Amino acid sequence: MQLVLEQLLNGLQLSLTLFLLAAGLTLVFGIMGVINLAHGSLYMIGAYAGAWAAAKTGTFWLALPAGLAAAALVGAAMELLVVRRLYAREHLSQVLATFGLILFFNGFIAWSAGRSPLLMETPPQLSGFVEILPGLPYPAYRLAMMGVGVAVALGLWYMISRTRIGMLIRAGSDKREMVEALGVDIAKLFTLVFALGALLAGLAGVMVGPIRSVQVGMGEQVLITTFVVIVVGGIGSIRGAFAGALLIGMCDTLGRAFVPMLLKSWLSGPLADGLGGALSSVIIYLVMALVLIVRPRGLFPVSG
Amino acid sequence: MLRVDNITSSYGGGLILFGMSLDVGAREVVTLIGRNGMGKSTTIRAIMGLTPARSGAITFDGKRIEALRPHEIAQNGIGLVPEGRQIFVRLSVEENLVATSADRQGAANKWSLARVYDLFPRLAERRAQSGGTLSGGEQQMLAIGRALMTNPRLLILDEATEGLAPLIREDIWACLRQLKSEGLSILVVDRNLDALLGLADRHYVVEKGRVAWSGTSAELAVRRDNIERQIGI
Repeated sequence: MQLVLEQLLNGLQLSLTLFLLAAGLTLVFGIMGVINLAHGSLYMIGAYAGAWAAAKTGTFWLALPAGLAAAALVGAAMELLVVRRLYAREHLSQVLATFGLILFFNGFIAWSAGRSPLLMETPPQLSGFVEILPGLPYPAYRLAMMGVGVAVALGLWYMISRTRIGMLIRAGSDKREMVEALGVDIAKLFTLVFALGALLAGLAGVMVGPIRSVQVGMGEQVLITTFVVIVVGGIGSIRGAFAGALLIGMCDTLGRAFVPMLLKSWLSGPLADGLGGALSSVIIYLVMALVLIVRPRGLFPVSG
Repeated sequence: MLRVDNITSSYGGGLILFGMSLDVGAREVVTLIGRNGMGKSTTIRAIMGLTPARSGAITFDGKRIEALRPHEIAQNGIGLVPEGRQIFVRLSVEENLVATSADRQGAANKWSLARVYDLFPRLAERRAQSGGTLSGGEQQMLAIGRALMTNPRLLILDEATEGLAPLIREDIWACLRQLKSEGLSILVVDRNLDALLGLADRHYVVEKGRVAWSGTSAELAVRRDNIERQIGI
């Protein structure tokens, strides 16, 4: 029972991290129609800038703003210099150009920071455990990550549904030309949205620093899962990104924890190990296929 | 106020406008009439910068605007009510009005939600509804209200009454008459001559990408039979 609860919490924590990444990706893809494969690079840049600032200053609390600023600035530069030229192009050009960016950023980081993974310390204020239920301690840092994820989700919901920027984001997603013809500089809006997505990716990157190793290529591993999340949720929808992240984060965590165990009760040891490992790593793709069979445009398709 | 001078434009490969010219004065209502595919909408798109003119000049209040981007042109004080209404379906009625609203020139009689709802009471009733759930006529009212909320000095309407029921059409014409009486300049593309004669000061008949005839409402009334044949009503 304790194990199940703990895995549920781990799943929730992974879900909220995925949400931070998916929110930016789904906004950029849904509104601007750009497939940004380099979204994972922004996550990596956030993590590296954070790890670098933490090593220099010795405190996580300066690493956090450093990671956010680095990711947002690189994101804004990426939009102004590269992505802006891709809006009118087909998806293949977008994939090629943003794949090129991945190679560039990976090469740049490997050259400037080296190939060996960096380690980041958990901030001392959050290094302990919190006993959330009697006999169930859980790392305070992971709880704090969840809190941040929930706060960002609420903030984004408010921004999209209640503010003027949010209205323009929704309006621009289906009638870009009309928004322009009514006097709104949509190019500026796109840069802003792109930088916001980058900032959230950077936030995810800094926050995972203390619980995973910071290394070249970390963005690509998580990018695939993030794409699964936004496809399951419905491309362009923040609500969908949230629901998709919960579903995929939970299925992935619980699948990895329990599928091999369940198989062992039926099959012999080595066979169960092999099959279980294979099955648990494809489980999110099975879930995606099932969702798409029932709802081809995802859980919360954007109307219109 | 607006002067389009000898512009050419291509749209989807072929040349559509061959030296199109027109003027709209302050407080004036001017129409573009003609068969479909003759270049009326392309003229509007060129004015708004959506399909920039390839040659020729467009001036608004003495300022050249033909090379500006659409949002800059709109910010100069031109409000567009586009063909097909182009309502934002992911926004509520009220959000449609608010999202792009602005008062960049410091209008004397500033448009507000209350004033738009006064002009179109039906929009007030539906303010919380999604823009996509409105009827065609209500969407048209919303498109006009949305353009007015940018406090334009020139309002451009492209086929504003197309596909609407006669009663709703009459509402739209009444609204335009009121806007005219308040001193707004209006450029309107439509084919409803009866209503246009009562509303507009001058008319341009567009044929094959240029002006084939232009004149006042009185002049149009005299040659009405000819013009009707020309524009195919």
